[in-house]
Amino acid sequence: MSVTEAPAAGASGGVVGTRMLRKEDAALLSGEALFVEDLVIAGALHLVVVRSPYAHARITSVSTLGALACPGVVAAFSGAELRSEWATPMPCAWPVTAEMHSPAHFPLAVEEACYVGDGVAVVLAETRAAALDGAAQVVVGYEVLPAVVDLASAAADEVLTHESLGTNISYTWKLCPDPAALESAFASAAHTVSEHYVQQRLIPSALELRGVCVVPQPFGGGYTVYSATQIPHILKVMLGITLGIAESKLRVIAPSVGGGFGSKLDVYAEELLCLALARRLKRPVRWSEGRSEAAQATIQGRGQLQHIELAAGADGRLSAVRVNLVADMGAYLQLLTPGIPLLGAFVYHGAYHVPAYSFCCRGVFTTLTPTDAYRGAGRPEATYAIERAMDALAREVGISSAEIRRRNFIRPGAFPYSSTAGLVFDSGNYEPALTKALEISSYEEVRAEQAARRQSGSVKQLGIGLSSYVEMCGIAPSRVLSSLRYSAGGWDSATVRMLPTGKVQVVTGTAPHGQGHETSWSMIVADKLGCSPDDIEVLHSDTSVAPHGMDTYGSRSLSIGGTAVWLAADKVITKARAIAAHQMEAAEEDLELSGGVFSVRGSPDRKMALAAVAFEAFTAHNLPEGTEPTLEASVTWDPPNFTFPFGTHVAVVEVDMETGQVGLRSYVAVDDCGNQVNPMIVQGQIHGGIAQGVAQALWEEAVYDHEGNLLTSTFADYLIPSAADLPGLVTGRTITPSPTNPMGVKGVGEAGTIGSVAAVINALVDALAPLEITDIAMPATPQRVWQAIEAAQAAWAARAAPADQSDPADQGEAK
Amino acid sequence: MIPALFEYRRAGSLEEAVALLAQYGEEAKLLAGGHSLLPLMKLRLATPRVLIDIGRLSELSYVRDDGDHVAIGALTRHRDLQTSSVLADTHPVLAHVAGQVGDPQVRHRGTIGGSLAHGDPASDLPAAILALDACIVARGPEGERTIAAAELFRGFLETALRPDEVLTEIRVPKRFARWSFQKFNRRAQDWAIVGVVALSAGEAANGHTSVSLINMGMVPLRATAVEEALAGGASILEATALASEGLDPPGDLNASTEYRRHLVKVLVRRALEEIGS
Repeated sequence: MSVTEAPAAGASGGVVGTRMLRKEDAALLSGEALFVEDLVIAGALHLVVVRSPYAHARITSVSTLGALACPGVVAAFSGAELRSEWATPMPCAWPVTAEMHSPAHFPLAVEEACYVGDGVAVVLAETRAAALDGAAQVVVGYEVLPAVVDLASAAADEVLTHESLGTNISYTWKLCPDPAALESAFASAAHTVSEHYVQQRLIPSALELRGVCVVPQPFGGGYTVYSATQIPHILKVMLGITLGIAESKLRVIAPSVGGGFGSKLDVYAEELLCLALARRLKRPVRWSEGRSEAAQATIQGRGQLQHIELAAGADGRLSAVRVNLVADMGAYLQLLTPGIPLLGAFVYHGAYHVPAYSFCCRGVFTTLTPTDAYRGAGRPEATYAIERAMDALAREVGISSAEIRRRNFIRPGAFPYSSTAGLVFDSGNYEPALTKALEISSYEEVRAEQAARRQSGSVKQLGIGLSSYVEMCGIAPSRVLSSLRYSAGGWDSATVRMLPTGKVQVVTGTAPHGQGHETSWSMIVADKLGCSPDDIEVLHSDTSVAPHGMDTYGSRSLSIGGTAVWLAADKVITKARAIAAHQMEAAEEDLELSGGVFSVRGSPDRKMALAAVAFEAFTAHNLPEGTEPTLEASVTWDPPNFTFPFGTHVAVVEVDMETGQVGLRSYVAVDDCGNQVNPMIVQGQIHGGIAQGVAQALWEEAVYDHEGNLLTSTFADYLIPSAADLPGLVTGRTITPSPTNPMGVKGVGEAGTIGSVAAVINALVDALAPLEITDIAMPATPQRVWQAIEAAQAAWAARAAPADQSDPADQGEAK
Repeated sequence: MIPALFEYRRAGSLEEAVALLAQYGEEAKLLAGGHSLLPLMKLRLATPRVLIDIGRLSELSYVRDDGDHVAIGALTRHRDLQTSSVLADTHPVLAHVAGQVGDPQVRHRGTIGGSLAHGDPASDLPAAILALDACIVARGPEGERTIAAAELFRGFLETALRPDEVLTEIRVPKRFARWSFQKFNRRAQDWAIVGVVALSAGEAANGHTSVSLINMGMVPLRATAVEEALAGGASILEATALASEGLDPPGDLNASTEYRRHLVKVLVRRALEEIGS
């Protein structure tokens, strides 16, 4: 892929389908684009949060006197002193069951701190440095309580995170359409597998940290809230509710935002604190996150114990899947915390036809940073479990990884496919993606090389891993969200506005933070209206400019927000056609629009450019009777269904059998996200997604000690891979359009992550198969792999010489 | 994080740097590339009252062939070592090791003198200098003295340099013909979990072999037991078995003590095999 690639005409003669370079990048890369931290706000106070150093402690006293004595410090408050600011506790918008337990969660803890990093006081000063110095002088009395770190112990209620709840179980959520069928499937199965996996906690680590700046207009003007958020619209509603401020007095702006991966799909304490203190002190208040602070104060991803069981016939055809999860909520329920594991509930059967299905998840409180959405949110976990288990089943049945998948794929003729979990999969054709991925990865040759290396006893052994995923994205049809007890809709809005000069403004309710919506939305509208993408300006992420929207997450923006743009452009054309017909004294149905010009069918000389129509709509001198001036249209689109992208990833790893080092040798991804607006952007999403998935498999883990202290709060300890650590990623595609929306698009923001985790671990397990190693915990660190190899070799040695009195020294080595 | 308050002085010459050090004594720290010192200051693990910036003393940036040894200015950046034509000729191991330090940003800022003065047992260059039997030149108010690399590293992040001395030059003898550098880490940019520098003088010098170890103790270490065994005629496998003898390597998130003891044996063996000892 070359970044200098010039746009070429798409298949339709337009720009959609071409690798057009991103319009927004020059500003983003040159420093012209402004992020929250770049905003210069006169007179702003800098806020620093004093955080609990204990995972669990009763707050016995808070003294801010020392802070107030520091030069530059203007104010300081404890949680108790700010308690009256909150009209309601912090929002959790997804009460997944009617009985769900949710402890009251306030921006600053009042009585008990429940994780390391839980805010207990704030200091405000004229500079950030002064506020930091002041924060060091706040004296908090703590009575330390036992931490709740281990998830299994937490689920057993050994020690409680919130005494008042009487349990650590927040909720138990079940989906089992036909228990009798499930039982009978397992009872009569020729093969069963029962696998346990651990999804370690991950730290999202967006390039730009969080930041907030609130500017009050205290004499009636309300508040402007700048936040590095993915969800300016949702944030506005939640800020109003939580602080008891009329929504009409709030304007939320997400300026340029440097990534989120779900971690900025939340309503955070610091956003509420800045707004509350701007209200209280009548001065602008700003907060900037530190990197190590983010590791504790921004939500984390994953954190699950998974138990998956498969039942299959003698030929390996699945008859049932049963899943039991214990999901780590952390100390409190953030905006979507309880629902995240349930986003996987409908895809734990993977891309396979499964007649009987059961899913059960228990959400459990621990004294750790809350979890919430992180790229893929529930679906990487689901895909990991089913794809690891499918390999286990293949071993059990004695057929290849590719064959077990081929036998079980939902057939292409079965779409729209009603899954046993209760969804309708829109479209799919799974086997061609698998076949193509094997082809591109030279599967047979790699297998031959693997065999040769095994034969020769090479120190570097090869493993090949497959992962065939299907995911649900395009979140989401509002009615389905209602059935899942989600407190909002899943629609999105767009306005397409033709200006008097023929230039175009597109207003979108999505909130891009790296995805390239300005480019993609311009491409869609350019083809519709027959103008250049450069003539189109995309406005977003400011609630005063784009008042309606549901923002950006869950691979939803194109299939929902993009569809709204597409439909709004259609509406503009409909109105323009009426005006043009009136002006040209022709019948509307006789007008054809091509290249931005209306012409009368059969009279090619009678033409009127869309730009001229826009000017007529502006002057309103000669419009059809009853037509309103101006040429713009708005659409709010509520999708009828999710979309279901899919694909197959093939990872090849090389394992150093002496050190346990795992190197990713090659990676092939064949993804199908329906029609593609900009294949370059699609490829970028796939690349980044794969990097994050591979990182979970090999590098990243939020490690806590038994007292709940985070041991990986810097990038020296929390290992994010760089380009130097990854091979060139090879991407391919198949295209199966979605019938869910008029563009036939699905979504691709999360697919790379969803597909890749299992591929890497399956490859590692494949490399170690001769030692009968069937699992390595993630991340597969060299030490873990070495330990597994040592243990397996010791077990082999013991079996080989059962009568022999084994040498205790050897046993010691082989731990 | 934001460092504690400090005073910043920039030295215009080596003499001025020495004078400033004499003036501020133990309250001062020299700032060269800053890639070890500044992170410690941001975490407030180091809180010097004065920073004396010697980063622009271009007279201390050079790689010069001085006949029986190569002289390297203390402020020579890792990147300049990596691309030095002199080192490519005389000490390719040093150029290679410098090219494995951190990432490109670190290599363009970090200096060899800074790395040695910091004395991190997990750093690559101190171990390389140790294996190469180099010595360093230190300038203080009393004048100049040389310190053998073997005498330089005294304890964890502690060197034989006095608080009023500036490390000015590294002198590397031309003693070894063959080399191997084994750096084991999880990501390209990381410190070594374990590293090994092995050098052989070749046939001419009776195959004298020098082996140093990274991140296997409180200081950069010579694998004395391995070297002695080889000198006594032991095979690579026999010598390798002694690689962790007498060592007490650290345990951390990346590697337990036990795993480091295992790794060092694998890496020493691979290094010795590569140089054909």
